[in-house]
Amino acid sequence: MPDFDPNRRQLLKASTVAVGGVAVSSQLATSAQAAPAAQPAGATTPTTMSIRLKVNGIEHQLMVDPRTTLLDALRDRLHLTGSKKGCDQGQCGACTVLVDGRRTTSCLTLAVMQEGHEVTTIEGLGTPTNLHPLQRAFIKHDGYQCGFCTPGQICSAVGMLEEIRAGAPSHVTADLNANPPLSNMELRERMSGNICRCGAYSNIQEAIAEVAGVAEGNKR
Amino acid sequence: MKAFTYERAKTPQEAAAAAARIPNARFVAGGTNLLDLMKLQIETPSHLIDVNDLALDRIEPAQGGGLRIGALVRNSDLAADQRVRRDYGVLTRALVAGASGQLRNQATTAGNLLQRTRCPYFYDTNVPCNKRKPGSGCSAIGGFTRLHAIVGQSDACIATHPSDMAVAMRVLDAQVETIDPSGATRVIPIADFHRLPGNTPHIDHNLKPGELITAVTLPPPVGGVQSYRKVRDRASYAFAIVSVATIVQRDGSGRVALGGVAHKPWRVEAAEAAFPRGAQAVTSALLQGARTSEENAFKVPLVERTLAAAMADAKA
Repeated sequence: MPDFDPNRRQLLKASTVAVGGVAVSSQLATSAQAAPAAQPAGATTPTTMSIRLKVNGIEHQLMVDPRTTLLDALRDRLHLTGSKKGCDQGQCGACTVLVDGRRTTSCLTLAVMQEGHEVTTIEGLGTPTNLHPLQRAFIKHDGYQCGFCTPGQICSAVGMLEEIRAGAPSHVTADLNANPPLSNMELRERMSGNICRCGAYSNIQEAIAEVAGVAEGNKR
Repeated sequence: MKAFTYERAKTPQEAAAAAARIPNARFVAGGTNLLDLMKLQIETPSHLIDVNDLALDRIEPAQGGGLRIGALVRNSDLAADQRVRRDYGVLTRALVAGASGQLRNQATTAGNLLQRTRCPYFYDTNVPCNKRKPGSGCSAIGGFTRLHAIVGQSDACIATHPSDMAVAMRVLDAQVETIDPSGATRVIPIADFHRLPGNTPHIDHNLKPGELITAVTLPPPVGGVQSYRKVRDRASYAFAIVSVATIVQRDGSGRVALGGVAHKPWRVEAAEAAFPRGAQAVTSALLQGARTSEENAFKVPLVERTLAAAMADAKA
């Protein structure tokens, strides 16, 4: 992450405000992937593409190497470092964001593929002074130890609760022709794409169940 | 990742034509498998054709009473469709048994059929693999084979097909609709879509270069009690050790297809005549000629017991 310089980050933040919500990043020359020296041996001619990426309600114009994943664009270019790179293989869920409201592993999609879509990251869900209900519940129930998986857990939970509200079945839903019950067993199954290496699952479960409003009788 | 160029196709024919015209081009839809393999440089396309803008994301009634599923319908949307839940329960069950909530939101119907094996030797670029590098040899044979094929394998490859959805599609007799670079369309029965490894394990399916899947069609509902039982090392979010898709009718007749045992969804229609005689009779016909290793011989009784459980459930 050669252009990840705290000072530069502050400068970019200032310029984001200065242009009134439209951040125009001209980092082409400083991007590692755009620099010819970073091309693997034998690769075809390096190319970059101009894309518009809408994140947390703000549209950004970026020059990206097509190889840039959405996750890398969020972290390294837009400096939204809440989304985490755990496995970079879609297995851990730490990079989970919402794309058009649906939970998505941002490491397994390209930034160029997300033009025209609305991306929401943990930074767009809440702020320290205006927490999202799930953020507040994770704090209340101590739903983490190291916190690395937490942004992905929370983004995933937001998307997951919407899926239950829409009536989508899961692997543990007994009756496919009825709306799935709001139970801890359903929540656990549906959150299996988010790994917590610290093993804070029971507290994560309690936090999500509280926000979901799981009835006493369904807390199995 | 190796460098590549990128375009968004506007029509299916344009996408197929671009794939035929540009050397080493690949379609990308969900990207959940392809991008993973590109990061490992197992897949090294020089050009990606993004097909997400093609209007192939609808589930519609098919002529003759079935259901036509657009190639881009996401796995989660297909699983949640009311018609699929009501009439093709085995398909919803298979879909929700696969991957995670996030991946099901991204993965498409066509992409699911085209996913590559999860054989660990295929993924390890430091060792030979005939599927990854034709002619280099098979590291799985003589290696750790607990998760590998027990039927239909060859001396060149013992990998299994990882899809759950495809196993349900096989038991439902789905058909795959395609368009080729000239604009011609054809229909491939799911039974003929995937290949056994033979001497060409690097070729997973029978699509021609540039041929693009546009839809998967399900025949009219066949009723019965439908189930998908998946046995895996974790309760959720793991590939199958074995999986059993069944449709059991009130008269005791039935259909069964297996996942986790072969290079393609495994179904032997002739074996289904044994349904009235029970799981043991069906399994011995279904897995006739199985070649097992010490590590994966357990799959034979596991299939039989899983099928027996599904048949008992259907009776209850």
